[in-house]
Amino acid sequence: MIERSRLVLSMHLDFISSFIFASDRTWIWLAAYCFVLASAYSGYTLFAGKFMAPRLTFGLVVAGFLCQTIFLGVRGHEVGRCPITNFFELLTFLSWSMILIYLVIGSSYRLSLLGVFTTPFAGVLSIWALLQPESEAVPIKHPVNPWLEAHTSFSIVACGAFALAGLAGLMYLIQERQLKTRRPSLVFFRLPPIRTLVVANSRLLWLGFGLFSIGLATGFMIGQDVDWRKVAWSLVIWALYGGILLARIRHSMATRWVATLSIVVFGLLLSMFWGIRFISEMPPVR
Amino acid sequence: MNISCFGLSHQTASVEIRERFAIADSALPEALLRLRTIEGVEEGLIVSTCNRTEFYVAGGVSQLPPARFFQEFYKGLRSGDEPHFFGLWAESCVHHLFRVVSGLESMVVGETEIFGQVKRAYETAVREKATGRRLNKLFQKSFHVGKQVRSSTAVGRGSISVGSVAVDLAEQIFGKLEGCKVMVLGAGDTSEKMARSFKTRGARQIFVSNRSFDRAQVLAQETGGRAIRFEQWEKEFADLDILVTSTSAPHAIVTVEKIGPVLKRRGDRPLFMIDVAVPRDIDPDVHRLDGVYVYDLDALQSMAERSMEARKQEAAGGDRLIAKHVLEFQNWLEKSANPMINPGARLASAFAKPTGATRCEAD
Repeated sequence: MIERSRLVLSMHLDFISSFIFASDRTWIWLAAYCFVLASAYSGYTLFAGKFMAPRLTFGLVVAGFLCQTIFLGVRGHEVGRCPITNFFELLTFLSWSMILIYLVIGSSYRLSLLGVFTTPFAGVLSIWALLQPESEAVPIKHPVNPWLEAHTSFSIVACGAFALAGLAGLMYLIQERQLKTRRPSLVFFRLPPIRTLVVANSRLLWLGFGLFSIGLATGFMIGQDVDWRKVAWSLVIWALYGGILLARIRHSMATRWVATLSIVVFGLLLSMFWGIRFISEMPPVR
Repeated sequence: MNISCFGLSHQTASVEIRERFAIADSALPEALLRLRTIEGVEEGLIVSTCNRTEFYVAGGVSQLPPARFFQEFYKGLRSGDEPHFFGLWAESCVHHLFRVVSGLESMVVGETEIFGQVKRAYETAVREKATGRRLNKLFQKSFHVGKQVRSSTAVGRGSISVGSVAVDLAEQIFGKLEGCKVMVLGAGDTSEKMARSFKTRGARQIFVSNRSFDRAQVLAQETGGRAIRFEQWEKEFADLDILVTSTSAPHAIVTVEKIGPVLKRRGDRPLFMIDVAVPRDIDPDVHRLDGVYVYDLDALQSMAERSMEARKQEAAGGDRLIAKHVLEFQNWLEKSANPMINPGARLASAFAKPTGATRCEAD
């Protein structure tokens, strides 16, 4: 019965992707379009001080997220595993993770305006993904290694959380700067309260750190040859985030610095994607 | 057939004049009755607030000079009263009402209180059966316009008093103020206003400290807070979120040396300090500390002035919206007055102005 359902589902997915879209990349184009539109609209309303319709931005974000989800579903079906088999898919998965976490925490922490900063970043990631030359699905013959799947997906979702922590940090710095200059502009009153940003930044760092730790731990369970350069790089990032959190617990670092480091370390993490890609093309060191 | 408005406001008369012509809420029913005894008045409505007393009437009184109208209503004017009255007819009257309801004619541009005041005046007139089809339509339309102007422009945005600027800033730092600990140092008038503002916006834990403990107790009681002795206020400092100072101390009582060590125990909780004392109670260097934001009277005043300026600029956008609605109402009025005549003739006949001036100060 389950097999039959799967067969029917796969037939439908094949039908939709072949009939409507020449390539599943079109979903990512649509997602990028939604995110760019949401960024342009929310950015304009925020900085021009115009009336904002949060539902419109939220609707566009949800639409973009659905397009990404459909792509990941179709692609996952084609490659027969979690669709993180090339750089195009990796960037898409990262963007999807970030939006997923935004949708989950956005309403909880009254951070709907985090979308103003999240959507441009998600749009850039989607466009960056679309610029990758190797984006076609290549079915992989060898069986799925669940540890590898868990390692990759946990690590990338963690990156999504770290990205949002960096964005919350950026918003904190903007708010802090405005308060210190004693000339708060309209933007100050449209962005979330500074205390909320501190709490959100902290929770997102903890969430990202937890997921990243699980990703690292499962990486050691893969049972394949390990490239120690990747491991070392990952451990450096893990230690840096751990250091930030430790400093936060002990109150030994100013909030401004925690926010700044959330952005800087995420920048390093993002460079790790290039690094891993670069390393992957070099002979491994074992 | 016409709609007119006769009145006086803060723009034309001082408070001494305005208070003589003000009509108390309790006297409105009788005043409405009297209004309808004036010859030519078919429908009537009175808006009387501290800043304006205005009579909106429908009927054949549009040719009446404002002073004559006031004379007929109040039965006895003093010499020198006349220049304070104004009369508006047809679309000028409609335009004026839409501006009044939108807060564009208010002393504090964009304030919202006038909306409720006009609404109550309308309800009273309806209850007294003083209004008819034309004024009902006019006032219902004005409420729609008022809401639209406020939601489509930033005319009501930003605080324009020092107290509300401080509370707005606090909300933008902490979010909701329910969980915030507020301490007021000094129990003068300014402190009292600030404490009340914070209480109104939800602050539940208010501490009052003053050199005179009795005075602190009185203010604490009024604001539902707790009085603490002046020598002990520093002990409470570590848990504070907001500090309001307005003592008459000749030197700074909050210094970097004093609060620096306490800040480490506070973790990443921000600290907002409002210094409304002259000379200042808080050393300006405290503002440089991480997570501490000190706003003195000048900083708050400058923010309030910028908001006021921004509101005035936004009023232009409100006027554009109003002009569109005035035209709509004008069309409706003409159509309902004479549905058979062509649009051009309707415009010419129904809204013919009695004089060249649209806004006529009394002569």
